Order: sequence, then C-alpha cells, then structure tokens
Amino acid sequence: MRYIRPQSMEDAVGLLAGAAGPAAILAGGSDLLVRMKGGFVEPELIVDIKAIDGLSEIRETADGFSIGAAVPCAVLGEHAALKKAWPGVVEAAKLIGSKQVQGRCTIVGNLCNASPAADSVPALVAAGARAVIAGPSGKRTIPVEAVPTGPGRTSLAKGEIIEAILLDKRAPHAGDAYQRFIPRTEMDIAVVSAGVNLTLDDAGVIKSARVAVGAAAPTVLLVEEAAQVLIGSKLDEATLERLAKVCAGACRPIDDKRGTIEFRRKVAGVLAKRVAATAYERAGGK
Amino acid sequence: MAGVAVSTTINGDHVEYLCQPDETLLDVLRDRLGLTGAKEGCGTGDCGACSVIVDDRLVCSCLVLGAEAEGRQIETIEGMAHGDQLHPLQQKFLEHAALQCGICTPGFLIAAKDLLAKNPDPTEEEIRFGLAGNLCRCTGYDKIVRAVQDAANVMKEGSR
Amino acid sequence: MNFDPRYSGRSFSSVGTRPIRPDGVDKVTGRARYGADFNMAGQLVGRVLRSPHAHAVIRKIDTSKAEKLAGVKAVITAADLPDLTDGDAAMYDILDNCMARKKALYDGHAVAAVAAIDARTARQALKLIEVDYEVLPHVTDVDEAMKHSAPLINDAIFTEGLEEKPVKPSNVYKRTQYGHGDVHQGFAEADMIVERSFKTEQTHQGYIEPHACVASVNPDGTADLWVCTQGHFVYRQHCAQLLGLEASKLRVTSSEIGGGFGGKTHVWAEPVALALSRKAGRPVKLVMTRDEVFRASGPTSATSIDVKIGARNDGTITAAEATLRYSCGPYAGMWAEIGAMTAFACYKLENVKTVGYEVLVNRPKTAAYRAPSAPMAAFAVESAVDELAKDIGMDPVDFRIKNAAQEGTRASYGPVYGPIGIGPTLEAVKNHPHMKAPLKQNQGRGMACGFWFNFGGQTCTDLNIGMDGSVSLAVGTVDVGGSRASLSLVAAEELGIDYSQVKAVVADTSSLGYNDMTDGSRGTFSSSMATISAARNAIKVLRERAAQMWDIPVDDVVWEKGHAVAKGEKHGNLGKLSLKEIAAQSGKTGGPIAGHSELVADGAGVSFATHICDIEVDPETGSTRVIRYTVVQDAGKAVHPTYVEGQYQGGAAQGIGWALNEEYIYGKDGRLQNPGFLDYRIPVCSDLPMIDTQILEIPNPNHPYGVRGVGETSIVPPLAAIANAVSNAVGVRMTHIPMSPPRILAALEAEREG
Repeated sequence: MRYIRPQSMEDAVGLLAGAAGPAAILAGGSDLLVRMKGGFVEPELIVDIKAIDGLSEIRETADGFSIGAAVPCAVLGEHAALKKAWPGVVEAAKLIGSKQVQGRCTIVGNLCNASPAADSVPALVAAGARAVIAGPSGKRTIPVEAVPTGPGRTSLAKGEIIEAILLDKRAPHAGDAYQRFIPRTEMDIAVVSAGVNLTLDDAGVIKSARVAVGAAAPTVLLVEEAAQVLIGSKLDEATLERLAKVCAGACRPIDDKRGTIEFRRKVAGVLAKRVAATAYERAGGK
Repeated sequence: MAGVAVSTTINGDHVEYLCQPDETLLDVLRDRLGLTGAKEGCGTGDCGACSVIVDDRLVCSCLVLGAEAEGRQIETIEGMAHGDQLHPLQQKFLEHAALQCGICTPGFLIAAKDLLAKNPDPTEEEIRFGLAGNLCRCTGYDKIVRAVQDAANVMKEGSR
Repeated sequence: MNFDPRYSGRSFSSVGTRPIRPDGVDKVTGRARYGADFNMAGQLVGRVLRSPHAHAVIRKIDTSKAEKLAGVKAVITAADLPDLTDGDAAMYDILDNCMARKKALYDGHAVAAVAAIDARTARQALKLIEVDYEVLPHVTDVDEAMKHSAPLINDAIFTEGLEEKPVKPSNVYKRTQYGHGDVHQGFAEADMIVERSFKTEQTHQGYIEPHACVASVNPDGTADLWVCTQGHFVYRQHCAQLLGLEASKLRVTSSEIGGGFGGKTHVWAEPVALALSRKAGRPVKLVMTRDEVFRASGPTSATSIDVKIGARNDGTITAAEATLRYSCGPYAGMWAEIGAMTAFACYKLENVKTVGYEVLVNRPKTAAYRAPSAPMAAFAVESAVDELAKDIGMDPVDFRIKNAAQEGTRASYGPVYGPIGIGPTLEAVKNHPHMKAPLKQNQGRGMACGFWFNFGGQTCTDLNIGMDGSVSLAVGTVDVGGSRASLSLVAAEELGIDYSQVKAVVADTSSLGYNDMTDGSRGTFSSSMATISAARNAIKVLRERAAQMWDIPVDDVVWEKGHAVAKGEKHGNLGKLSLKEIAAQSGKTGGPIAGHSELVADGAGVSFATHICDIEVDPETGSTRVIRYTVVQDAGKAVHPTYVEGQYQGGAAQGIGWALNEEYIYGKDGRLQNPGFLDYRIPVCSDLPMIDTQILEIPNPNHPYGVRGVGETSIVPPLAAIANAVSNAVGVRMTHIPMSPPRILAALEAEREG
C-alpha cells in the first residue's frame, strides 16, 4: 500500500490512471477510512488530493460558485455568500455526520460514495449542480445526477477525479431547501430525504422548480413530475398535497434496517411539502 | 509496505514518526506516541471518543490517516491543561461530575473546547447539537451540558 | 468480627456532600488507563475469527496457512481450550461461548483466534484460516423459537420446571412460576380487565469502551491479566478454571472501565487472550472492535409478554397475571425468571401469577443489562396498568397509589417488604410541578413505576493509615461511576476525618480477598458496609495506640470526630489525640495501623422509582421528541448525591434509547444488520432534555447509614413511561418496543384507517 500526496491534478490523474491495483482518492476520508477499517476495500494506492492547488477553495465566479473537491463541508457553512445563495445545498452538506466529520467530509466525496441516502446529493441535484471532472483525456462537466449510477457505483472512468462542483449564480426570487428524516436528531443516515429548488416571478408564482428525493431508489431521484406540479403555482395547500402524492409515488424504496417501504413513501411526500414551503419562503414567496 | 515519514506538531511539540500508509492518526497517537487519551470507541467516526483538533478543526482521529498529519498542528487531551492548571472545562467537568466512567470525557472536552472557541456563548441547544458527535452512555448528558455552560460563563468572565 | 450493620439514624458530616472524585483529574487529562491503554514489552496483537453464520456445524478448521504466515506467533481453536469444566454446565456454556466447540451458534460466535506481531498480520492471518461449515437452519425470534417446528439449537435441552419431563428436546430451557392467591377467583371479582401482548427488541448495553485486555502467561504457570471488567475476582475464577491455572497465580488487575452496565460481568475474550499468550509465550493484547462488541458480547433479552390485570371500579386490583418469554441467546439463562419476579413487584396483590420461559435463539449469549429483565416486564405491566386506570376512569397516579406495595406487603416474588419507597415516589410524583405543567398539541405525558431487588454479596476491604495520617482505602468492587468518591466519603465519615485525607483505590486480585462483581447495584452498598466495618476495626487499633501513648486502659478511650478522647474525670488533663498524631507515633506503638473487613453484605434494600415524561409526536412522520423528563427514586441514603443523580439520569437516558430507537436488527440470513453506533442508535446529546431528579431517602434498615443501591432501578420505568406518554399524545397504544418512527407511523395509520 502506498500513500501519495501529489501537488498537481496532472500528477493525481497520472497516478490513478497508472495504478496497478485498486486505487482510492482521499479528500476527507470519512467514507474511505471506514471502508478500509471494515475490510471492505484494501487499496494498493491512496492519492491524497488535498495538496493540489485550488482544490481546497470555494471560488465565487461571474457564473456562480466553484467548490473544490477537498473543501470540507464545515467550510461551506462558513462561506457567507454561498450560504446566502444556496442555503439548501449548504444545510444538506452540514447534515453529513457530526461536527467531527464535518471538519473532514466533502460534497464530492458524498457524491462519489454513491449512497442513495447521501445528504448533499438531493440538494445538489435540485440545485442543478454540475461536476467538473479531470481525467487522462482532459476535462468534462456533467450534471451531478449523472455521477452515481447505483449504490456504490459511479460513472467515473479509471483515472478520473471530480475536481469541483459548480453552482449557478442565483437569479432573483430563488430559494432552495433540504430536509431528511432521521430517527434521532443527529448522527444518522437519511431514512428518506427531499430537496427542492424554486425560482419565482415577481408575483410569487413558481416559474421553475427542481425536486429531488433521496434514499428512495438506487440513486437520488429527480422527480420531473413534481416540478411540473409546482410550476405555475403559488404553493397553495392543494399543490402541496399533489406534490406529496407525486413524490410518494415516484419512490422505489426498499425495506431495510433504517425504514420500511411504506414509511419511506409516506415521509418522502411529507418532507417534500415541508421543504417546498421552506424553499418558497426563501425565494421570497408568501 | 513502506512506512511514511511524518513531521508534525502535537500539543506545541515538534514530533516525527514513521507510520504505515493505512494507519490512522488515532493508532499513531496511541500506539506509537503513547498518547492514549484519545480513545477508540468505534473506529468509524460515530462516537467521538477519539476527537482531536487538527489545524483548528475538530476531527475524529480514527478518520484521519497518520500520514495526513504532515505539517499540521494537532491538539489532544494531553495538551489541554497548562502545566498543573486545568482548563476551565476540565475543572467544571470535575465539579459537575460530568463524567461517570470517563471513557468519553477526553473526546467531550476536546469537542467542547472547539465549540467554545467558535461560539463562546452557546445556548443549551447549541451545546447539545455541538456535542452530538460525542456519545456518552453513562450520564444522559445533563451534567455534561451544565459543565459546558458553567465553563463558558467562567471563560467569558476570564476574558473580560 | 461482630460488625453491626443496622441503621443507626446518625447525622452525617461527610456523607451527603459532593466533593470531586479522587480519580477525576486523571480522567479529565487523559491519563486514566482503560482496558486498551495498557501495554507490555514484547506484546502481540490478538484477533478473533468469528462465524458469519447464525447456526452451523463446524466440520473442520484448517489453520495451517495462517500458522505459516510470517509474524504469526499462535493460532488457537477450541482444541486449545480443552474442556476442564468437570460437569459444570454454566461454565461449559461460558467456555463454548468464548470459542465455539462443535457448532457456531450465532453470527459473531468465535471459532478461532490468532496472535501476531501487529494488527495487519493478525488480520491477514484470520483470512487464511479455513473453516468448513455445515450451515443449519436458524431462529432468532423468541416466539418463533418456541414453536415445535423451530430449528433445534441444543438437542440436550429438555424444558425444566414442567410437571413431567418432556419427551422431546426444545428451545425452551426452563419454565418458572411466581405468585400467590387465586388469579381465576381474582379476575372473577374484577369489574374491568385489560389484557394485552407486548414485544420488546434486543438491546445492547452500549458501553463506549470495547472489551479489551492484555494477557501474559508465564511458563511457570503464573499469569497476569489487565482487563476492563466489572468483576476482576470473578474473571480470575472463570479464567483460572477454563485455563487450568491456580487462581492465586493469576493476578487480574481491573483497568479503569469505560462503561459496563452488566455487559462486563462475563468473560468473552479474556480466556482466549490467555490461551493465545500461553501458546505464543508472549503477552497478548486483545481489543474487540465495535462490530465484535455488538455481534458477540452481551445484549439483553428480546421478549414477548402477555399481561392480564383486573380491577374493581373502586380501583382495587383483584388479580394480575403475566406470561413472559425471554431470549437467552443459544445457552440456558434465568432472564425470564427475573422478569417474572419483578413484573408486579410494585403492587400489593392478593392474586398474582407470573410464568417465565427461557428461550434459546441464535443470537449472542444474553448478558445482564442494568436491572436485567425488569424494564421489559415493567413496560408490559405499567402499560396495562395505565390502560386499566384509564378504563375505570381513575388518574393513573392515584390508581397506582391505591395499589402500591408497602411495608409488610408480601411481594409477588415471595418475600415480605420492609420499609420501601414505592408509595413515597408516587406521592412525590403526584405533587411534582412536572405533573401540572401545560402540554402543547401532539404532546403527551406518561408516568410509570419500576422496581429492582439490589444485591449485596461478598466484599473485602482494607483500610490503611499512613504515618502522615492519610488513609488509603483498598476496595475490591470495580468503580464504574464514582464509587471511589462515595467510599472515601464513607471512610472519612466513619473515621471522623476530612474527605481529602482519604484516597480509595481498586485493588487487584492478589492484593485483597475475593469480592463479587460490581453488579446488582451493590458497589457502594456492599463496599461502604465493608468500609465502615474496616474503619471501625481501624478505630479499635487507633484507640489501643492512644491508650498506649497515654498509658491508660483502652476502655477509657473513645473515638470522637477523628480524635481519641480519654473519658472520665481522672483523664481530664489528657486533651485529645488526632488520627494524625496517633499515626505519626505508630512505628513506636506497634507498627502500621490498619483495619480490615471481609463480610457478606446482606439486606440490600429493594429500590423503587417513578418516572414522568413528556413526549411530542409528529403525527405525519411518527417522529418523537422527549420534551421533559423527571426521575423520582429512593436512594436510602445518597452518599454522594451528584453521582446518585448521575445514576438516575444515565439509567433514564438508556431507557429512553431503548424505548424509542435501539434494537438489534437481524436479516433473514440470521446476521446482525446494525453492529455499529451509526445504526444501533443510542441517544445523542441533542436527543435529550435535561433530566430532572428527585432523591428520596427512606433508610435501608440493614445498612449503618441506610444506603440502598441506586444504579439500576432508573432504567426500569422509562419504556413504559414513554409508551404511556405516546399513547396520551396521539391516542395509540404502542405494544412493540422500540417505538421507532416507522412503528409509530404504522400504528397511527392503522388507527386512522380504523
């Protein structure tokens, strides 16, 4: 086993692409080290990407925000402009693990761990976030929902690294929100979760919407039909009820140690309603 | 497996060690450096008993590789008191009996220190959520929360 | 030694104060050494290979590849732990649980172990051990295991306690029965009867410190064991017996213990570590992972309980009956029996009958967990009692007061009570401001009572007075939560000196006579009795030395407030001699001054508690939140009230976790699905409110200071108190613990659909 801390993305990509055995990318390590401890992975090579220039920064650009792959989630919560523009994304990122885990974990790691229950992913999907991927054949940018392909699986090819997550600059009258259901108040994995991102017109009518549901299918669900329910409404009671029904209907959950099929369906709808209300309020709707 | 040479700072002291690439910082602290104040309750970041501060960030040392400590500043429970002068949190934990078995205590003290450094005047709710990453099975947390509240008051007065 | 343990009604100067514990500074500075914090020169790392199957015959174990791996110093299987139990069935079960002999009986059952130069090598070695299993059908559910069609776990088990020995073996080890009167007659007299069935899932003690030990066996048969345990003397006995060592040659040192709650009363890894050390010829450190702690160390029973209680319209209970089925893991146990004894212990009943069934399942061997077996029985009984009170239109507190046991009541499990605290805790609850505080929407208030026996037992203590007048107290009961502070207070009280002059330590097995474990809430009760006895013996010596210094008869010397005082007119000029002054002269007056005590602490007063809690339920998600919680419990006499409060709060918190979220979840394959703190959900800091406590002091007549055990009772009422609160909040009676959100939501949906 080797531990290497490359200084450049080229070196990192080269190391990963050239690895003879299983290789792992280390940023926060809050998933990787747990899996190593449990004996589920035994990488031959660990590539620590934290020394690579720019990967530990949040940059505010003309187009929005670029969040480096090695930025711990705690830092997202300390970035005033990001928090103001994308409160739903930040609150989702801040729900991962404990304070201790917050100091290490990253949204890119959360995405690449490819758990259907990942907290930051429904919020990122709702936000329309994109992933910038560096690889042996150059860079590409894809929507975040295209990264996980199933539990524990991603679309990344050998040698590829996500270097940043991009979030758009915020239009006026926009807001997002995220909530998950956990049995305790902290330290749990989402039993089911929902993220909603809304843009309103000047009159408070929803003109665009994205709704994502987590822990209810092998990957996070982007529920198009739910967005259609919301668009054109001012989030009245009937719309919320339809939203709940559509989100519950879109779920393809399983029974497991964290919850039942019935519970996940029902609560997905409840959360979608609550989250939509928060997002609407954040967007300035009343 | 080749060892990784690490040069770091622990509780203000320059420290050098060799560790295996997959060895956690917790294992290095406990098994190589004899700093057994940080405890392994789970090894998966779920209990907080191994909490340390790395470059002003509270982390579980079981979720950090020893190799990653290169060039960092690390604070552990062993560095919390100044000589024979206990930190106000340590003193208040004693006075309030905020420990029974004491296995979680080093982790709680480090987490509480980090909490008060970032929020010197926390509400009860902020303390409870701030310490949610540290499990205690003995106390029901009541006396821990009170000790942190009391220490916060003492520290505020001390800084006036 | 004619020690008089009776309560004397004295006043106190040290007992009842709240000083800082003697081991405190070590614990806040990280210096205290727990099980895994000790190392020996040349020490190896031990690791255990565990069965992935819930039930399987072990056909063959091939360790040859592991033995050949560089750095591996010993590999052991059951063959290295030959059966020396000589017909002692309970010890055989312990042996088999430490290392499976013929069959693996649960997911996590140890089948082999290695000692290697480092953890990595040990892990690799485990992978090289080849075990040939014949997988058998398994059963993990307590009700399923009782069916005739269930897979048989042990074909030598023929249910005991039946009128006729059964012809076929089964998974029911034993039937027991308690009670008196005629329940049929009693139910016939009832105006209202409540009858319900309840289930509780299996929980773990959840101590934060995994089991850990360092074992060192020498070629001459001497050995050392450093271990986190609740009872190092018992560990010595068990390890010595299983390893064929002489008990006196095995020195066991109890480390600081990072929580036990009953879970560190049984040996698991320790005999394995000793066997590895014996084979390797080097010290071996063996530390369980969290996964191993959950899969292989002591959970409590899962239960299935039927309760039937009848009452007249005036609120008098006329009959009470319960059938209790408790899982024991794959070995015999007495868990249902304890449940059957405790179930109705709070009440004065003319007609009562309880029947317990000990049920074998393919789960880890059940171990004690804080008032073991009582919380589940109390959940069932106190839920039914609440429902019955409601049905006859009585306030639940008044209903309980009317039926509460009192001094002279014959307990449902046999004995006649002395002075007890159930009535007073109920009266205190009735008058508590918590009972009158307003509730908001979706909030409900519940209350419930709990009982625990408390134990006493064998205890040995040494009290040594240094030449500087300081006192060291060596006790043999492991300090699990502050008992060194309370015992120092007791020594100071009895000697009449300041607390700061006393330092209590826990002595190793070679330095003190045998002590039973710290279990049954006996630590402070028993060791304080032995400490008082030792102090009185030391005072006798101090009086003799003072008499010698004064050259007067010892009968003229009395001990008052830490001083020898010569009594009588003729000694009027002698002044007083302090303990310190007498100690300073001890070298010239006969040598060291000490008091010793060995006794069986009898008469541990029974303990009662009543809890109140407010719960808020989110009717859309089934999510619950504990809004307010109050514990009222009898302590007899609170030696160190802060630590007594801590016991009350800690027990309540564990009960809350059990009531709401904690449970062992097994898959269809019989494997534990949640062996970690992420999915075995113990309460975190933000889950709980402050936990208010009220200490009542109804002196135990059998202890000089009136002390009763306080450690366990507080976990007994919460399951029922919370179930009653949930029922009052949303109108559904929850009969399955834990009341996790999916269970509550399903119950609410069923109610809505009517």
